[in-house]
Amino acid sequence: MKQLVNTFLAILIVAFGLMFLASRLNSAEGYSGGNTLTIYNWGDYIDPELLEQFQEETGITVIYQTFDSNEAMLTKVEQGGTVFDVVVPSDYAIAKMREEKLLLPLDHSKLPNLANIGSKFMDLSFDPGNLYSVPYFWGTVGIIYNPEMTEGIDFSSWDSLWDKRLDNNIFLVDGAREVMGMALNSLHYSVNDRNEEHLQEALTKLNRLSPNVKAIVGDEIKMLLANEEAAVGIVWSGDASEIMDENDKLDYVVPEEGSNIWFDNMVIPRGAANIEGAHKFINFMLRPDVAAQNTEYVGYSTPNVPALELLPEDISGDERFYPPAEITDRLEVYDNLGKRMLAHYNELFLKFKMNKK
Amino acid sequence: MKSKGKSYYLIPYYLWIALFVIAPVLLVVYYSLFDLDGKLTLDNYVNFFTPVYMRMMLNSFWYAFLITLFSLLVAYPAAYLLTRTKHKQLWLLLIILPTWINLLLKTYAFIGIFGTFGPVNNFFDLVGLGEQQILFTGFSFVFVSVYIFIPFMILPIFSALDEMNLSLVDAARDLGASGWTTFRRVVFPLTISGVRSGCMAVFIPALSLFMITRLIAGNRVITLGTAIEQHFLVTQDWGMGSTVAVFLIAIMALFMILTGSSRKGGRA
Repeated sequence: MKQLVNTFLAILIVAFGLMFLASRLNSAEGYSGGNTLTIYNWGDYIDPELLEQFQEETGITVIYQTFDSNEAMLTKVEQGGTVFDVVVPSDYAIAKMREEKLLLPLDHSKLPNLANIGSKFMDLSFDPGNLYSVPYFWGTVGIIYNPEMTEGIDFSSWDSLWDKRLDNNIFLVDGAREVMGMALNSLHYSVNDRNEEHLQEALTKLNRLSPNVKAIVGDEIKMLLANEEAAVGIVWSGDASEIMDENDKLDYVVPEEGSNIWFDNMVIPRGAANIEGAHKFINFMLRPDVAAQNTEYVGYSTPNVPALELLPEDISGDERFYPPAEITDRLEVYDNLGKRMLAHYNELFLKFKMNKK
Repeated sequence: MKSKGKSYYLIPYYLWIALFVIAPVLLVVYYSLFDLDGKLTLDNYVNFFTPVYMRMMLNSFWYAFLITLFSLLVAYPAAYLLTRTKHKQLWLLLIILPTWINLLLKTYAFIGIFGTFGPVNNFFDLVGLGEQQILFTGFSFVFVSVYIFIPFMILPIFSALDEMNLSLVDAARDLGASGWTTFRRVVFPLTISGVRSGCMAVFIPALSLFMITRLIAGNRVITLGTAIEQHFLVTQDWGMGSTVAVFLIAIMALFMILTGSSRKGGRA
């Protein structure tokens, strides 16, 4: 019994000691207020030099933290244990955060550089009027393929995926919206279609794709495609650029029937401590020279028009990441379909998954 | 008097059971009665008896059965040999060692091993079998799951074998039983409790595997676990997810009643 008590005491002492140490460390890193700005962004999603430049220009100390999924970010912001001043969620996460009242409205008068954002990237369905969010980067869903393994198949149409030569050679990303959207697009319907007949048609068409599908996977898709485990994959353009960095044999295309366009956006979450600084930071990131430098570093597509003009031709002219207008006109954001419709999409996707052998 | 005083020690245990076993099960049942709009309904249960979920259930069962069977086939001889070795504890430690490594890491390693350009395919190439698709098949799913579950099968069988009185075997042989008969009539019946708890420790978690179905089987194997994960994380249809969970719990309870003796309560 005595031994037990002693053990307990030892654990308690260690725990308190660690707590004290943690609070000391936190205050040493400047978490305890003052003129600091806490930014919560995806990993490796900003040029670190820009953070230094921002600190020099404004005198605000930046604390930079990263996350690797919208869900992880949402959990942390919801819990509210840490104070964040600027967060960079994706479009659907913004719709969700808006519903849950996790966002603070932006003061547009403090964001003069907002005018630099192209008009087609503004006022989108997940945040009408850009009351809460400013686009940071954008991208598409498309086909990544290995020309050496695909015998010259032309991937400018979604229908090319149904080619018999691709038997057991396609990776799909494990997302109901992406896969259903792809099938709907191939039938020239919208990625947000709610018509039951259209959805059933899409499912039938997907089931015919089964023999070509090698696997439906998550984030591993990047590693698998870079290792040439299969010739073709349906991926987000951001992942595609990462895969192509690792294996330059691969190529990416956005099919002409249309596809999804996604956005990562800067927002100010509820509970932000330095709202003034957050506006300054967002406005700073919208400056053409800053946005251009950041785009060169990150490699995603920028919505900043003057920044794009500053970029070298081999980036701004790359039609894989800046598709021409006739394609961008056919790109759609995933609307918030509502729980019921989303469940239906997932059910159809589950049926498709069950169907393959 | 003494025994009465001791019953106080059971209070934390009862609290634990109430808070972390009974309450969650009740909550799961409660959630299963609501649809997406928060309406009280039995629709989820009706929905479960559609072909999609029925096939998923059969799938889960079939694979859990295969995983348990192969684990047993490998684990029993292994445990038997273990009891005959000199440094039992060392060997046992070596078998337990892999469980110290995170499950996800082990699974990821198999993606590399089984891949098109992985060592297994290199070997196949060398012996002239040519390249085979191993990853994203039912085979690789069962193989990796068996690999992960085997320590849980070996341990109880090992302790059962270890406890067995060896003179019984000698007696059986003395009385003229052949090796096989000795095993069938003496050794196996005496270790059946170990086999039973091993099977339980493997079959039940195998029923609701989900990460491996995606990483190793590329969603070619869909189990009830996959469905629960999807309903909770993606669709946020907690009702349907809970309904699937209720059936899983019911199946597991049934399995325990059918296989278990009241003496060994299992590990829930």
